[in-house]
Amino acid sequence: MILIPCPWCGDRDETEFSYGGQAGVPYPSDPAALSDEEWARFLFFRDNPRGPFRERWVHTHGCRRWFELTRDTLSHQISGL
Amino acid sequence: MRFTFSGTEYEGREGETLAAALVRNGVLGGFRSLYRDRPRGVYTAGEEEPNALVQIGARPMLRATLVELEDGLVAEPLAGKGRLVAAPDDTRYDTMHAHCDVLVVGAGRSGLAAAEAASGRVLHLDGGQGTWVVGLYDDNYAIAVEHGRRLWRIRAKRIVLATGAIERPAIFPDNDLPGLMLAGAFQRYGRPVGATPVSAGWSPRVHLWSQARGRLRWDDRTGAPVPDGELRGIECVGTLTGEGLPEAPAFALPDGDEDAMFVDLERDSTVADVRRAIGAGLRSVEHVKRYTTIGTGSEQGKLANVNAIRVAAELLQVPPGELGTTTFRPPYLPVSFALVAGRQRGELFDPVRVTPIHPAHVNSGAVFEDVGQWKRPRFFPRAGEDMDAAVRRECAAARESVAKMDATTLGKVDVQGPDAVEFLNRMYTNAFDSLAVGMCRYAVMCTLDGMVFDDGVVMHVGEQRFVCTTTTGNAAPVLAWMEEWLQTEWPELRVWLTSVTEQWATVAVVGPDSRALLAGLTAIPLGREAFPFMAIREGAVAGIPARVCRVSFSGELAYEVNVDGRRGLELWQALDATPYGTETMHVLRAEKGYPIVGQDTDGTVTPQDLGMDWIVSKAKLDFIGKRSFSRADTARLDRKQLVGLLPAERVPEGTQLVAEPGDAAMLGHVTSSYDSVALGSPFALALVRSGRERIGEIVYADGIAAEIVDSVLYDPEGARRDGRPA
Repeated sequence: MILIPCPWCGDRDETEFSYGGQAGVPYPSDPAALSDEEWARFLFFRDNPRGPFRERWVHTHGCRRWFELTRDTLSHQISGL
Repeated sequence: MRFTFSGTEYEGREGETLAAALVRNGVLGGFRSLYRDRPRGVYTAGEEEPNALVQIGARPMLRATLVELEDGLVAEPLAGKGRLVAAPDDTRYDTMHAHCDVLVVGAGRSGLAAAEAASGRVLHLDGGQGTWVVGLYDDNYAIAVEHGRRLWRIRAKRIVLATGAIERPAIFPDNDLPGLMLAGAFQRYGRPVGATPVSAGWSPRVHLWSQARGRLRWDDRTGAPVPDGELRGIECVGTLTGEGLPEAPAFALPDGDEDAMFVDLERDSTVADVRRAIGAGLRSVEHVKRYTTIGTGSEQGKLANVNAIRVAAELLQVPPGELGTTTFRPPYLPVSFALVAGRQRGELFDPVRVTPIHPAHVNSGAVFEDVGQWKRPRFFPRAGEDMDAAVRRECAAARESVAKMDATTLGKVDVQGPDAVEFLNRMYTNAFDSLAVGMCRYAVMCTLDGMVFDDGVVMHVGEQRFVCTTTTGNAAPVLAWMEEWLQTEWPELRVWLTSVTEQWATVAVVGPDSRALLAGLTAIPLGREAFPFMAIREGAVAGIPARVCRVSFSGELAYEVNVDGRRGLELWQALDATPYGTETMHVLRAEKGYPIVGQDTDGTVTPQDLGMDWIVSKAKLDFIGKRSFSRADTARLDRKQLVGLLPAERVPEGTQLVAEPGDAAMLGHVTSSYDSVALGSPFALALVRSGRERIGEIVYADGIAAEIVDSVLYDPEGARRDGRPA
């Protein structure tokens, strides 16, 4: 169980959080202008790197705030809040 | 003190382990092996014991070397396999949480020195003193077991591992005979008469290091793997590192019967088994382990794994380091499920939520069902009634006179702010610009892929203020979903969300006589024009301030009365109507073709599949899910659609539907199925491929013919919604 530094509450156990997947995948500004292919890429395709990964978390059982961090998917080392 | 082993009574001493007492009493055997039924005896003095397994009462697979003797203890030997006892384990287990600056594991010489040198809050644990650290996880999270009864969950800033080394068994023919024991155990038990010490060196106890994903490297000097590389915040000291251990004697396989040279005593695996694995082409020690099952017993390879590597390397004539090492995973020692569960069992396993009206339901003899954590009345049987009879009576009351249901468990989210309308427009498929204060609207929300996620009623209760209801099970997910969008994508919207599920108690008053019943309890004008469908009125009901909504989940004239949760019971008791439960609610709504999210939908169903095109706004530029409705797969015409079914007899929910009896190709499945008093027949809802085009066709549900019909089976013209003419 990893320790996650919530920007509002400090270091808390992973069980207090929910995972929000890859960060930096914003909702398209005009979905209607996208092709089916582009929309499907937004909906269903995410990176899955071995190493540092920018991702979203929410402190569900705490302050309920969303935030981003960089986690190494191999070592779980967290950097760059 | 006295204790009994295998039916014979012995004398024991304070502070002894069961194994020590047996050996002192001259019991060098007394155990059998799992597969070969060979005689075995106490082999070690520690947690690595492979032979001396016992059952004590309800507790199976205890190591005699770790059992502290108590007066009157009764132990039965086990041949590598425990016995589950039917009676519940009434031992009290609990859990503690600890945070410390330094956790030192092991109380040998180097562990003591490390604890002495550490500063701040120091936790020093050692299995020999009763507390075993059994798991080491990411970010210095450790799990420890204190005397088998208390689980410690520990987060340490720094960890010093001083776990020492385990003595290695020697390999030779019949190396499993009772009386043979590791040299360290032989010393510890006071050189017992008739026992013979064996030893083939020492292997560092690398398990916790390996669990924390520390690397291992083969060390030729000790003839065993040792910790390699570094881990954040974890330090290895003492003989765990291999330093200070004696040089291992050169390893060579002796002559003799390889099938009697045991590598894993608990699994009865021998050198012959390793040779067979290698003969089958296996080279990695991980593969040899899986082929031979070496290291997979409850002892988890503490004695066997290193020897398996040494034997395999010898047979292959390669350096042991080339074969790799096994990865050690938690727990280091067997941990009972009861200990992990701790106090969270029985009624404390999961919180039980009840509504303020619950005591009345209990008094009425309601049969409850679990809906998430909630206890909801399923039906209210009278004397002699089974569920079907009770549901028939409850349905008749709702359709012919007046009935009431506790609807408190529906989720409620209070949505406030200047941008609340815009927010709701984006969250739901339908539009709210035209929803006047004092009115409410049925609403559906989808996920981004266009699939139905939840439904409910959005009440416009004041300027810039709405209350959105959710399904009972989705109250928390819907709030989280709303918060996510508000925080991450629409931070510019001035909207505030508050869960008010438990602040309100809600009673649905249903049936053609509901207006007359309420008229006796409130001054709110209830006439058809004064209080139209989907309107909200505020006023006192039975003397309690209430918000009343004219919504209906049954097709009948109905009012949902919302009051302060603390006065819910009072409201319920003031309403003289037949109580009904979720089962009747399901029948009533299904007769009207109203789907239940999560029962008639499963995350692959669009609003259009449900026949609800009308709830998907064409005017709004965008909302969550909109773009997905024009994806090829979502727009195709042969999707499964919700339809009604009239089967010849009642068919179970989940039954597959096919075109001809015996067909394998599935057209769809039954999602809801009931007997209907109003229709005088069984009926069902189903998701069927191109279902709406098939209306009138016959399909088969497990051999039973069923006609596909429109999903609205009762009162399709909606004449009953406004009740009896004035």
